[in-house]
Amino acid sequence: MTVLKKIFFIVTLISLLSFSATSIISAQPSTFLIPPTEFKAFDTPNDAGEAISLTWSASPSDASDVFYVIYIDKDTNGTFEREAIRIKSNTSYRTSAPEIYGYKKGNGDYHYVQIFPSKIFNREAPGQKQVYYFKLAMVTDDTKITLDTIASASARGNWLHTKKINNFVIMIMLSTIILYFIVHARRNPNMFLRRIGGLDAVDDALGRATEMGKPVLFVHGLTGMGSISTIAATSILGRIARRIADYDANLKVVNNDPIVMSVSQEVVKESYLEAGRPDAYNPDNVFLVASEQFPYVAAVGGIMTREKPAANFFIGYFYAEALILAETGASTGAIQIAGTDAYTQLPFFITTCDYTLIGEELYAASAYLSREPMLLGTLRAQDVGKGLLIVILILGTILASFGVEYITHLFEAF
Amino acid sequence: MNFLKRTVPLFIAFVMGVLMAMQYYVPHKLSQDLLEVITRWDRIIAGFAVFIGAYSLFHLHWTRIKRKIEGWGYSVFVFFGATITLIFGLLNGGKFFWNDKQDGTMFDWLYYYVQVPAGATIFSILAFFIASAAYRTFRARTKESTVLLIAAIIVMFGRVPIGNYISQYIPAVADWIMAVPNLAAKRGILLGVSLGAIATSLKIIFGIERSYLGGGD
Repeated sequence: MTVLKKIFFIVTLISLLSFSATSIISAQPSTFLIPPTEFKAFDTPNDAGEAISLTWSASPSDASDVFYVIYIDKDTNGTFEREAIRIKSNTSYRTSAPEIYGYKKGNGDYHYVQIFPSKIFNREAPGQKQVYYFKLAMVTDDTKITLDTIASASARGNWLHTKKINNFVIMIMLSTIILYFIVHARRNPNMFLRRIGGLDAVDDALGRATEMGKPVLFVHGLTGMGSISTIAATSILGRIARRIADYDANLKVVNNDPIVMSVSQEVVKESYLEAGRPDAYNPDNVFLVASEQFPYVAAVGGIMTREKPAANFFIGYFYAEALILAETGASTGAIQIAGTDAYTQLPFFITTCDYTLIGEELYAASAYLSREPMLLGTLRAQDVGKGLLIVILILGTILASFGVEYITHLFEAF
Repeated sequence: MNFLKRTVPLFIAFVMGVLMAMQYYVPHKLSQDLLEVITRWDRIIAGFAVFIGAYSLFHLHWTRIKRKIEGWGYSVFVFFGATITLIFGLLNGGKFFWNDKQDGTMFDWLYYYVQVPAGATIFSILAFFIASAAYRTFRARTKESTVLLIAAIIVMFGRVPIGNYISQYIPAVADWIMAVPNLAAKRGILLGVSLGAIATSLKIIFGIERSYLGGGD
């Protein structure tokens, strides 16, 4: 009996111990979730006033099956039932927001998210002073730990994007240099200007068209008047039209944008007027051929093959149509001058045209053709600007080679 | 007259130029709203400009037909295409134009089975033009064109499986050409373009460049 009692006691003891051990093991996840700290909310800087940023320290328990859930409420004593965001705990770090935290090494130790309260509250207009309260919870399939800390912030619009100050300073510097050289050019009009082959050839091309009695075709790119390339193109058109009016040649301008067409008509008309030849201006020679890319190509190609212009000018921003247009023009034997800042199309123009204005030369063309001192001043300013950029590039390369990346981030755009 | 044709446009260009340049640095909602309003104005102006463009197109082709200018038959197709597109657009699959646009109508058919294939046909010509342009460019007449020829051959072989089959170094060299010398040249062009764009913008904002208004001064 005593032996049986002993056996029963041992079996019961083992059973109890096993049960306790199993309970401890199964409860382990909840006890091992280490909650994060330093939970903070603040107004997202440099925005229109719609976002609130939240940050907290990373936890050793962060894993793909552990989630962070942020609850939002308009009242600090609220129920915090509305879920603002849910993220995997091993994602969304401060490293994803260099515009706020820069490139510090410790950024990977903190989580960062942005909340848009107006979206969560179905675009209710909260007003600038509405304070929002946030609670952070760490959640797994069977465990949930909610931090006691309540973070609060209100979203406010900013009047200056502080991360664009670098851009602003560079713009002011370049603008000052440009304006200085414009004023300087007034006093010193005999400025040296390197020769641009494509622009020197304009007179030859127009002279050839005049002698042959064939038209000059000016082809605009595909962008509208909002593009700086098109504005530069219309400026060049004005200079070319003035010379054509002097030579009494025939100018045809094809467009694919009605606004560009209207501006071009006015530019050509004024140029003829200025040359004292208003009677020679024909508004039907500045026309819209098609507003879509490939119908435009087909129409312009047709004009080239039927009318065989003596000179073709392709000025502006071009896309895939560049080569088709230029190759068709080359097959008709025309002198071709292209000017574009679309670097993807430059090789095609260089291949098929007699002269190509590369990138910045497109913007220099108006000044070069007019020889107006004030306009020429901007060309000198551009050269000085390029000199500065070269110095900065060399300096940046040297510093980056030695692991100093400050200058790289100094010019970063956000 | 000069006041309306010169001073007013220059004043508008100055005010709007400065305003929109500053807008870029102001993230406030008022600034974003201003941008939206201006963008909307742009779209409205563009909408009205379509009528000017359509008038120009029809006037030009009508003149060509009237005067029997060489190739005037093509101009007939402009009117034919515009008329049937307009008719089917107004019919709107039997629901007429005052209702929402219907799907699967003849208007859609014209777009998907006439305009899109015709555009694709023109685009496909590019393949032949690339071949002829490449032939002209890659003739090794000078040192520069020889370098271009060699670089082009390496890049072309590096982009197709046979390049890797010939040597595993060809794709690597092709990538290096694209990532180093090609990218450096591209960035150089872009920097020059950016400076040129800034200078042109300033010239327009301050009224130094006025040729876009017509005339030289």
